[in-house]
Amino acid sequence: MISADIQTVLPEIVLALFAMAALLGVVYGGKDRLAGRLTSLTGLVLALIALWIAYTGEGTRTAFGGSFNDDGFARFAKVTVLLSAAAVLLMSRDYMQRRGLLRFEYPVLVALSVVGMMVMVSAGDLMVLYMGLELQSLALYVIAALRRDSAKSTEAGLKYFVLGALSSGLLLYGASLTYGFAGTTLFSGIIEAASDDISLGLLFGLVFLISGVAFKVSAAPFHMWTPDVYEGSPTPVTAFFATAPKVAAMALFARIIHDAFGGIVGEWQQIIAFLSVLSMFLGAVAAIGQTNIKRLMAYSSIAHMGFALMGLAAGSVLGVQAMLIYMAIYVTMNIGTFAFILSMEKDGRPVVEISALNMYSKREPLRALAMLVLLFSLAGVPPMVGFFGKFYVLRAAYDAGLAWLAVAGVIASVIGAYYYLRIVFVMYFGKESEALDGAMPVFQWLMLMGSAAAMVVGVVNLFGIEPLAAAAAATLVN
Amino acid sequence: MTVAAFVFYVFAVTVLLGGLMTVVSRNPVHSVLWLILTFIASAGLFVLLGAEFVAMLLMIVYVGAVAVLFLFVVMMLDIDFAQLRAEMSKYLPLALLIGVIILMELAMAFGVWDFSDGFATRIAAPTGEAQNTAALGLLIYDQYIMLFQLAGLILLVAMIGAIVLTLRHRKDVKRQNPVAQMHRDPAKAMELKDVKPGQGL
Amino acid sequence: MEDLLREYLPILIFLGLAVALGIILILAAAIIAVRNPDPEKVSAYECGFNAFDDARMKFDVRFYLVSILFIIFDLEVAFLFPWAVAFKDVSLVGFWSMMVFLGILTIGFAYEWKKGALEWQ
Repeated sequence: MISADIQTVLPEIVLALFAMAALLGVVYGGKDRLAGRLTSLTGLVLALIALWIAYTGEGTRTAFGGSFNDDGFARFAKVTVLLSAAAVLLMSRDYMQRRGLLRFEYPVLVALSVVGMMVMVSAGDLMVLYMGLELQSLALYVIAALRRDSAKSTEAGLKYFVLGALSSGLLLYGASLTYGFAGTTLFSGIIEAASDDISLGLLFGLVFLISGVAFKVSAAPFHMWTPDVYEGSPTPVTAFFATAPKVAAMALFARIIHDAFGGIVGEWQQIIAFLSVLSMFLGAVAAIGQTNIKRLMAYSSIAHMGFALMGLAAGSVLGVQAMLIYMAIYVTMNIGTFAFILSMEKDGRPVVEISALNMYSKREPLRALAMLVLLFSLAGVPPMVGFFGKFYVLRAAYDAGLAWLAVAGVIASVIGAYYYLRIVFVMYFGKESEALDGAMPVFQWLMLMGSAAAMVVGVVNLFGIEPLAAAAAATLVN
Repeated sequence: MTVAAFVFYVFAVTVLLGGLMTVVSRNPVHSVLWLILTFIASAGLFVLLGAEFVAMLLMIVYVGAVAVLFLFVVMMLDIDFAQLRAEMSKYLPLALLIGVIILMELAMAFGVWDFSDGFATRIAAPTGEAQNTAALGLLIYDQYIMLFQLAGLILLVAMIGAIVLTLRHRKDVKRQNPVAQMHRDPAKAMELKDVKPGQGL
Repeated sequence: MEDLLREYLPILIFLGLAVALGIILILAAAIIAVRNPDPEKVSAYECGFNAFDDARMKFDVRFYLVSILFIIFDLEVAFLFPWAVAFKDVSLVGFWSMMVFLGILTIGFAYEWKKGALEWQ
């Protein structure tokens, strides 16, 4: 029995073993001199594990008495998480090395936090969920404060830690109320217990659980930490925060509400719709006044989380499918955008002011064009792939009878388009001023161009992720 | 009132009092000491529940280690607590309001608490006759092996994190190197020179 | 419940004794001791000098590192207790899972050793 269980969690075990071997090997082998190579190697290993899961995983298996699920949904989320983490690691090597930030613990911590994310999206038990979440968050708190001589970076780490601990507390409280009602922490047991009439206690448990997870996906009104953490952390770390953990937390969200509370859709639909509306509008409105592009991306990610939550609020197979597609597109766009932000520098110093992009198109027409495509896509302007992401969630919400939510989404995305287009305006029609002079390392260039190209070419068939997401969603919702 | 009820109320009142004093004490070091009292009294409550192992964990881990860490932190940070308190009193009404609302909600929830149908059949770990430390021993390492290993990984991350964030390797300090000392060879360590009178080296 | 309490009776008695002794000593100092303060007597001094500085100074962050590493190993030991108590009945899986757990923490230990976190320079 144990060998079958181990077989099921083999990818997680391999990644954890790799992280530990890397830690030991490098600390005895040459410490920070090997950090650059280890970063690339870790990125490669993450990508390989993603391919391994994508090509060999099939069927639905559970392990450890149902507390761990290996199903289509988990695999879709895992592959997205692994690939985005790999891309961020490969992009960050050059940036961090040049600024003396690269230490060999960074890739090790990223790998361990990815192990946590993989456990999160596969969780079939409240305890496993919590352990995965903590493993993920703990590593993230540390890398947020990686630039420990900078007050902003340590502040980011501390803020993230304190609010993250608070959200973990909320989550645990909800979990204990749920356990008190159902008598088990297994999702399969909870869904049995919470099928028709539920008590007030369970409802509170559900609300606390949702609030805890909403913190992790940075949905309003639990978003306060996001702008400060995004601004303070080193840019590659911000890129990581904006991608992999968001996918994992969103998948975890779907896992809880469908696997454990799938029988009482009516109870949580309102809460999630509320979170969704609030996040979309807050993200769109608060981003308008930002001058720092990292803070802007923070608000942008809050707004995007609002859209992804709209898919979840639908509470249907279509909704989960829309959420998965949305997250995959969101991650691709963000990797490209952050590749661009990483290259923004003047005289060797990173620049994050939007005003520094004045007339950027004249100096670097190709990069400016790629950024234009990405920004249009982030805004959801029709020919780009980003539009299709929004289209799917809106349709899911409309089909589920949440027409008002869909209308609110359209309004919010129109407001949000303003600040994306403002950057485009600055790049193409801004005032003439001192230009940025950063060269772009090969890998960042590839990521920027690749993701921009994907936003255009993907219109044909979305690279076939639609049926994959549909199959994945079908294994979750039944 | 039975003895058990009496002991329960003593511990419960101590927990509440300790918690309150932790929050309102002027001196942060006193706060930590009150917190320790709270931990000890909660350990007593756990004993009353029959959860001796948890009670012992509370004493070893929280009183023994976490409280000491808190003391270090309190002493390490150069915080102007008077200013912090002034800031706090500004938000006190709002905090109290939220606290009261949550308290009322909880009272509502626990007032009408009911268990789901078939609660008894789903109970995760049936409590047998075994003494509870041993019962935990049989569960944690076997049935919950994955959680146990994840706990190990979390501790590993905590270790790496603490070192990454706080350890500074000072270059200006001369360190002892025991291996070099043990391999020291007196024959090589000094050199005898025969200096003739009237001549330098 | 009564049985349980009876088993803990000795501890309760000791607890009561400890508290009583503490209170008695404090009260004794307050009641019996001769107190005749004057400003010079109660002023702070360091080895005969006037105090140079505030006694509340910042601790070195290294103390913190040591204590956090201590907590981690303390927790590891806490995990060992149930395992040791149930050792006779623990299955083979249980035995090896503890070995793996200890292995993970040993890797952490080797890392911090090599990193120099245990040196006080």
